[in-house]
Amino acid sequence: MSAALEREWRRFTPAERIGRFVVYFCVVAAVVASLRTVEVIPEFLYDAPEQIGDMLRRMWPVAWQHYPEGVHAPLVDSLHIATLGTVLAVLMAVPVAFLAAKNVTPQPALNYLAKLVLVAARSVNTLIWALFFVAVFGPGSLAGTLAIAFHSIGFTGKLLGEALEESNRGTIEALEASGAPWLSVALKGYWPQVRPAFWAIVLFRWDINVRESAVLGLVGAGGVGMALDTALNLFQWDRAAMILVAILAVVVAAEVATTQLRKRII
Amino acid sequence: MARTGSNRSAFPPDWWARGAWLLLLVYLLYAASHLELTPARFAAGLEHGARFLARLFPPDFRRWELLVKGMVESLQIAIVASALGTLLSLPLALLAARNLMPVWASWPARAVMVVCRSFHPVIVAILFVKAVGFGALAGILALTVASVGFLGKLMTEAIEEISLKQVEAVRATGAPFASVVTYAVVPQVFSRFVGFASYETDANLRNSTMIGIVGAGGIGGTLFAAFQRFDFDFVCAIVLTIIALIMAGEVLTVQVKKAFKA
Amino acid sequence: MSAALSVRGLVKEYVPGKPVLRGIDLDFEARGISAVIGPSGTGKSTLIRCINRLVEPTAGQVIFEGQDLVALPRGALRMARRRIGMVFQEYNLVERLSVMENLLCGRLGYVSPLKAWLRRYPERDIARAFELLDIVGLGEFAQARADSLSGGQRQRVGIARAMMQEPRLLLADEPTSSLDPKTSVEIMGLMQTLAQAHGFPVIINIHNVELARRFADRVVGMTAGRVVYDGTPERITEDHLKEIYGGEDWLE
Repeated sequence: MSAALEREWRRFTPAERIGRFVVYFCVVAAVVASLRTVEVIPEFLYDAPEQIGDMLRRMWPVAWQHYPEGVHAPLVDSLHIATLGTVLAVLMAVPVAFLAAKNVTPQPALNYLAKLVLVAARSVNTLIWALFFVAVFGPGSLAGTLAIAFHSIGFTGKLLGEALEESNRGTIEALEASGAPWLSVALKGYWPQVRPAFWAIVLFRWDINVRESAVLGLVGAGGVGMALDTALNLFQWDRAAMILVAILAVVVAAEVATTQLRKRII
Repeated sequence: MARTGSNRSAFPPDWWARGAWLLLLVYLLYAASHLELTPARFAAGLEHGARFLARLFPPDFRRWELLVKGMVESLQIAIVASALGTLLSLPLALLAARNLMPVWASWPARAVMVVCRSFHPVIVAILFVKAVGFGALAGILALTVASVGFLGKLMTEAIEEISLKQVEAVRATGAPFASVVTYAVVPQVFSRFVGFASYETDANLRNSTMIGIVGAGGIGGTLFAAFQRFDFDFVCAIVLTIIALIMAGEVLTVQVKKAFKA
Repeated sequence: MSAALSVRGLVKEYVPGKPVLRGIDLDFEARGISAVIGPSGTGKSTLIRCINRLVEPTAGQVIFEGQDLVALPRGALRMARRRIGMVFQEYNLVERLSVMENLLCGRLGYVSPLKAWLRRYPERDIARAFELLDIVGLGEFAQARADSLSGGQRQRVGIARAMMQEPRLLLADEPTSSLDPKTSVEIMGLMQTLAQAHGFPVIINIHNVELARRFADRVVGMTAGRVVYDGTPERITEDHLKEIYGGEDWLE
């Protein structure tokens, strides 16, 4: 009887408790260290609400009339950039994803290399890629499209690779046993299995890219970001507000569209 | 021979799917030509690109103090923004949960979160720079806003997916609201929360490396300045460091998730 | 009676020093069903899979149609595999594709990837597919998705897919282990009918001794990686089974 009473209920094993404690400790330490050392001028912090309020006041009334001549065309350009960039990214990501998936390519060296490429691609922000491509191809939509494409490979390839690794081994085995060439195994064995995940990934990425494409213009890579940059530099707050509203509308519309498409395709 | 009278087709064509593919192809060609993305332009750029690549290497780490200063600031921005964003998003997410809250509370909360995440962090950063000046403060505020938007949405979805039976059970014991939350809501969502929080911290780390381009502090400013000076060797060094930092961040995120079995 | 398939000195070690197959020598004639029986873990599945090299043998030869499959480079192995059909315990269909598509996957070794992708299979392949569907009793299911079928129906599709290869040898790795007793008998009967009609040998890895006795022309008993019985089903005695499986309780 006493033996049963002695057994205390513990939610986590000792190893787990140490692990959790370490994480909590590190998080708190990091936050405290950062707060104490970050260079923030207190006056600016106290001033902030007033400054923000002032800026918002200047944005009203919103310059709706600016839309047709100054905003519509670049906004549509941004959409084109986002879509083309996503498509290009997907085309490039598929072979890399196949190389990165352990079950598809059983050579660790190739897996590692592919994963390295994907990590590097997604560690460099779209904006930074845009800086590169503007330097190489000059300002404009080409730089923007390539920036979106090269950054998106990282996430698309990673998620696709993970989807491939989850595919049913037996199905593939059967196709290989029948003497199918490798490409046929990929098309008829892997592709049908990853198709739903593939479309989910593509839609998800496109949605994000619509947001990304709007800001590329700030570094000269095309789209509505350029109009925004101009308006801000000239302190035309009402025009800037118009552009922001337009971007908001497009982003929300894209999110709705993605949700609808996802229901129908998957 | 048991073949039925009519000719059975092996692959009935899916006209919707074919139509959709055709539409997509037509759109892509249209968009490409509209943006003037011709192969000629691309080819012309490639040669320039090769020369550019040559100028990138070898990476120049001589100004490593500047590099470290910028990276540290980016880290600080990411950490503080993540902490603040997490703290603010939790009550907001709770307020926005339609299964726990009345409509007059959940709708405004949801609206706030939508607005927070609809704008790219860079845009939010620009606005804060205009409002509070250059530097880390603008960056922290911008990323906090973005975090509240994304983390809030993910948490709200998690809360809305919990089993209400547990909530009912705890309520039935006569527990006050805070206890209901602690014992019925939190245990169900905690591990997902850890996953989301790690994801958002990782995202903030990435974003913090580039908002400096618009003046919101961090390594981005150093990078942009180097670009404008055509100091491409230094640019390469900075980019390599950013890649290394983010890779480290990804590894850490995996470890944290393991510790919490998220 | 030349052997359609000869296995010589087949050895397989998953972990070095611990062989799962300890030198198997078997000849299979050009007709008839051979059932390989034995307890779990004795290497039955490994043996079957070594024949078409889904598992790479550590040593030995597998001679099929005049070639040693073990020595073949990958390209030639692929060619040889086209002539070997295989049926699996878990059916191993492409779940999201239709039954017709799954059947035509049996021809992937014979058509180019591009044609397969565009679904431009030769007319005779498509006609053959419909024929086979009727033979296995799934004539109405051509467009049904594979994962909407029952287990027995899926295994029929698996068998039809293997038949589409026009195989000279059919391997079956525990084809009835996931099926109920009635369906198991139907599936075994189907394989028997097809094998007799087309004249190719069938090697079935099975753990149900009754089914083996009922349908097989020859029974190979394995235990601990070796063949301990090789003969007709009638001549298996309880002693043989005890040696193969160990223990008496399960015989009751």
